[in-house]
Amino acid sequence: MLAKRIVPCLDVKDGKVVKGVQFRNHEIVGDIVPLAARYAEEGADELVFYDITASAHDRVIDKSWVSRVAERIDIPFCVAGGIKTLAQAREKLAFGADKISINSPALSDPSLIKRLQDEFGRQCIVIGIDSYYDELSDSYKVKQFTGDESATKDTQWFTQDWVEEVQKQGCGEIVLNVMNQDGVRQGYDLKQLSIVRAICDVPLIASGGAGTMAHFKDVFETAKVDAALAASVFHKGIIDINALKAYLAKHSITIRC
Amino acid sequence: MSQTTVIIDTGCANLSSVRYAFERLTDDVIVSDDHQVIKAAQRVVLPGVGTAGAAMASLRDKQLVELIQGLKQPVLGVCLGMQMMGTLSKEQGGKLIDCECLGLIPTNTTELDSQGQPLPHMGWNQIEPSAHPLFNGIEAGSYLYFVHSYRAPVSEYTIAKCQYGETFSAAIAKDNFMGVQFHPEKSAAVGAAILRNFLALDTASLNAILQETMR
Repeated sequence: MLAKRIVPCLDVKDGKVVKGVQFRNHEIVGDIVPLAARYAEEGADELVFYDITASAHDRVIDKSWVSRVAERIDIPFCVAGGIKTLAQAREKLAFGADKISINSPALSDPSLIKRLQDEFGRQCIVIGIDSYYDELSDSYKVKQFTGDESATKDTQWFTQDWVEEVQKQGCGEIVLNVMNQDGVRQGYDLKQLSIVRAICDVPLIASGGAGTMAHFKDVFETAKVDAALAASVFHKGIIDINALKAYLAKHSITIRC
Repeated sequence: MSQTTVIIDTGCANLSSVRYAFERLTDDVIVSDDHQVIKAAQRVVLPGVGTAGAAMASLRDKQLVELIQGLKQPVLGVCLGMQMMGTLSKEQGGKLIDCECLGLIPTNTTELDSQGQPLPHMGWNQIEPSAHPLFNGIEAGSYLYFVHSYRAPVSEYTIAKCQYGETFSAAIAKDNFMGVQFHPEKSAAVGAAILRNFLALDTASLNAILQETMR
């Protein structure tokens, strides 16, 4: 059976792993390579690195750490942040990233997804979506440039429409990050993730809100996502990956132990 | 020189992961598209990322097709590298056109029937290995990392099976050619054990083992 994946996310800023609450006030968590190696050893199924400053500040991540991670760890990892061109994507893949994740640049130019998938195959093209619940319209909508609060803006996209569009353009996987629960550890947005799951034919990664082991169980059982991403609960040592996997296995969720 | 493991430089992006994985296990591995270096290698790795059409075009550009077909030492194809070892692939840059492959193992690569589950088949899945030396010490049910939408069907050349919707070949082999659909370079300790098994093979030892199993 295909196992559900546990994916620690390492937000990277200036070559360090950071974590902010509601994407603000970033605090330094540690160095990239030792943290990545520790998570791999503890049983993480995959890692995601987001350079949260890259898109907003129009600069590309320092790629030297990508090859340092690839040399050291033997599980797949995805690199995100400011990838706008085929050349930038090729560079990350050449340095050893298994996947590249596109968020804001895909919103600026959706055809980028298609060009990337034509060049590298859809298996390595991940689309990150920052979605929020808009009370006014009682709907889910997509935000852009969330790496920097001053640059963050609303888009015209309803989340479901954007999910359909990125699949049509040829992405291989979607990370749905639910903004209004991020960092507060109140659980994944099961309702929204279930809605998106129903229209998502590619693997779906839930992101935002993990606080307890039960939250992971809920998101796999209820929203039927393929993977669950979390950052602060792992960085702060609130949840141990080994213990989490044992807990999920005990609750009959297929997991690689 | 004769101990060297050579990873064929197929000209596609992302050879690094395969190289790093071998470098974690041995000092004696190089990436090359030099015909003499490949011919002289103790064992050869055929990596692959992207689409069969693009990868085969790259091998033809580098005039590597006949060279690979003539290799007698152990050759390991990884992911797309495995699919290229077959006769035909249906995968050519998103279009459903037959792509002629290396023809080393008589099998065709076609779309995976996931029976409604998300595609690509992405993540850690369990394999059921056979007695092939590549899977020495690898237990049934071991998890390996897969990322693919096309697959080789189960056939007489299957040396490990996996299931996602349908049951398909997680690995295939014929003579000195063996291919794995999963990514051993990204499959933690189990993947490393499989690569170590491959590193233990040379032409003489593989032939001896294969003759033993024939008997």
